[in-house]
Amino acid sequence: MTADPFREGRLPEAFFAPGNSSFTDFLAAHAAHLLPGRSLPTGAAGVAGAAVPELPHATTIVAATFDGGVVMGGDRRATMGNYIAHREMEKVYPADDYSAVGISGTVGPAIEMIRLFQVELEHYEKIEGALMSLEGKANRLATMLRGNLPMAMQGLAVVPLYAGYDLDRNVGRIFSYDISGARYEEHSYHSTGSGSLFAKGSLKKRWRPGLSADETVSVVLESLQDAADDDSATGGSDAGRRIYPVIVVVTAEGYRRLTQDETEAAFRALTERGDAR
Amino acid sequence: MSMPFYVPPEQQMKDRADYARRNIARGRPVIVLGYDNGIAFVAENASRSLHKISEIYDRIAFAAAGRYNEFENLRVAGVRYADLRGYSYDRSDVTARGLANAYAQILGNVFTQDSKPMEVELAVAQVGETPETDQIYRLTYDGSVADEQGFVVMGGQADAIATGMQERWRPGLTLSAALTLAVEMLSRDSGNGSGGNGTDTPGGRTLTSDRLEVAVLDRARPRRAFRRLGGQLLEALLAPDDPTTDVPSSDDSRPGKHDTLTGEQAPETPVPPAPAPGDPVSSEPDQQPGHPEGEGA
Repeated sequence: MTADPFREGRLPEAFFAPGNSSFTDFLAAHAAHLLPGRSLPTGAAGVAGAAVPELPHATTIVAATFDGGVVMGGDRRATMGNYIAHREMEKVYPADDYSAVGISGTVGPAIEMIRLFQVELEHYEKIEGALMSLEGKANRLATMLRGNLPMAMQGLAVVPLYAGYDLDRNVGRIFSYDISGARYEEHSYHSTGSGSLFAKGSLKKRWRPGLSADETVSVVLESLQDAADDDSATGGSDAGRRIYPVIVVVTAEGYRRLTQDETEAAFRALTERGDAR
Repeated sequence: MSMPFYVPPEQQMKDRADYARRNIARGRPVIVLGYDNGIAFVAENASRSLHKISEIYDRIAFAAAGRYNEFENLRVAGVRYADLRGYSYDRSDVTARGLANAYAQILGNVFTQDSKPMEVELAVAQVGETPETDQIYRLTYDGSVADEQGFVVMGGQADAIATGMQERWRPGLTLSAALTLAVEMLSRDSGNGSGGNGTDTPGGRTLTSDRLEVAVLDRARPRRAFRRLGGQLLEALLAPDDPTTDVPSSDDSRPGKHDTLTGEQAPETPVPPAPAPGDPVSSEPDQQPGHPEGEGA
């Protein structure tokens, strides 16, 4: 009965509730079982230290601002302990036309959360006929994370990184979160996930104000390479299989994902400079 | 002393139908019509913000005539229905047919059970891969659904306009020809509705583009096919001597919402170009989790 709204021969009240443009609220009222983070494994609820099976984890996400926008990149590796679960994972997605969201943490709930977040933003836009502000979008994501807290307490944590172009201020901005849904605005650059320690060290030395979009892409790619060098859960660029990090650029013109060829070219340039190590 | 007296069901239904029909005819008309590269929606609407035409989902849009508060309610329910379906299953599982059935249920139930029928008429359209696969459904106040070929006219003196459309509409019109035809048909409507007794002077009114609400479902756009048309672009499409016959393939470059095409270039903004030019900026978030972009590995 997942999406059969015709049980009573006409759409239920929730479909006609006036004045609410949130898809998440609508889901909660009409089909709560579809919300991420509500389906706790039986027997584990409330049991401290209940065993969560080993699940794939997504690792390093990096974001950095430049004059006129923001760049986000993510490696392609998902791990289950020592085991490489997936080599071509996508961790960076468009949230809407003007923002990107990257995920580290448990893959399952993270992907579900992003799907809902994308629908949430587009739903608002269609109902209201206007774009939500970047602050508003960042807050919606925080609310979703709070909904995932019970799962996070059992080890199914999701840690997103959110970056977008603020149409009111004309700058790129970065927001990081903790598992409880607290929202922190980051300046200049930020990284999350197991390789973030090394990525941040790299960014600290390489990022500076006034970089161009191209230079920022290069800096982000290099920081991911540095993370992959020292963190086994972060995958480096794989020229043999032509698997490169997902890199996206968000500017006043919108969200754009670099093509594989563009990322490859940026990686080659890095190698030739001797910086890809 | 009030004696309840017996009213035969035929009479009851007829009264309701008359009531709904009369009130719908009082509104300004709306025309939905197919053209070679999509489906066009043209409404006479002096308001900039109270829309009669709206996006529902990626390839699906909605047009309505009648009472604004009632069809706005139905529009919101439709968006919720479509988004819920797309979220539970997949985006490709949302269809105009499903939505039309949902609307038919609501309208039919209200017509037979509630104290007053809904004073609205709706069209739900879905643009397909080819003109042959385009779908336009028409829903009336009593919940009947019709699968229409080519065009739908609602509100005002819909029958008179439909007769005119029957003679003039044909498959394969360009967008500018389709819009020109629709606007000509709308301007024949006396604006008094069939309930009034205004004199119908063919071509007697000129509808300027500021009194029109125009939108398209553009077959060529990747995911969200719905775009409103305005400004210079709409003027050019409606001008008989202008060579513009269709909408441009790229959106306005002005930062902000990408749902309106005006054909006007944004003033130069000091924005550095995106890295490695060559690809057009994709303003469509076409990347869904679990659907990695096929980049030809």
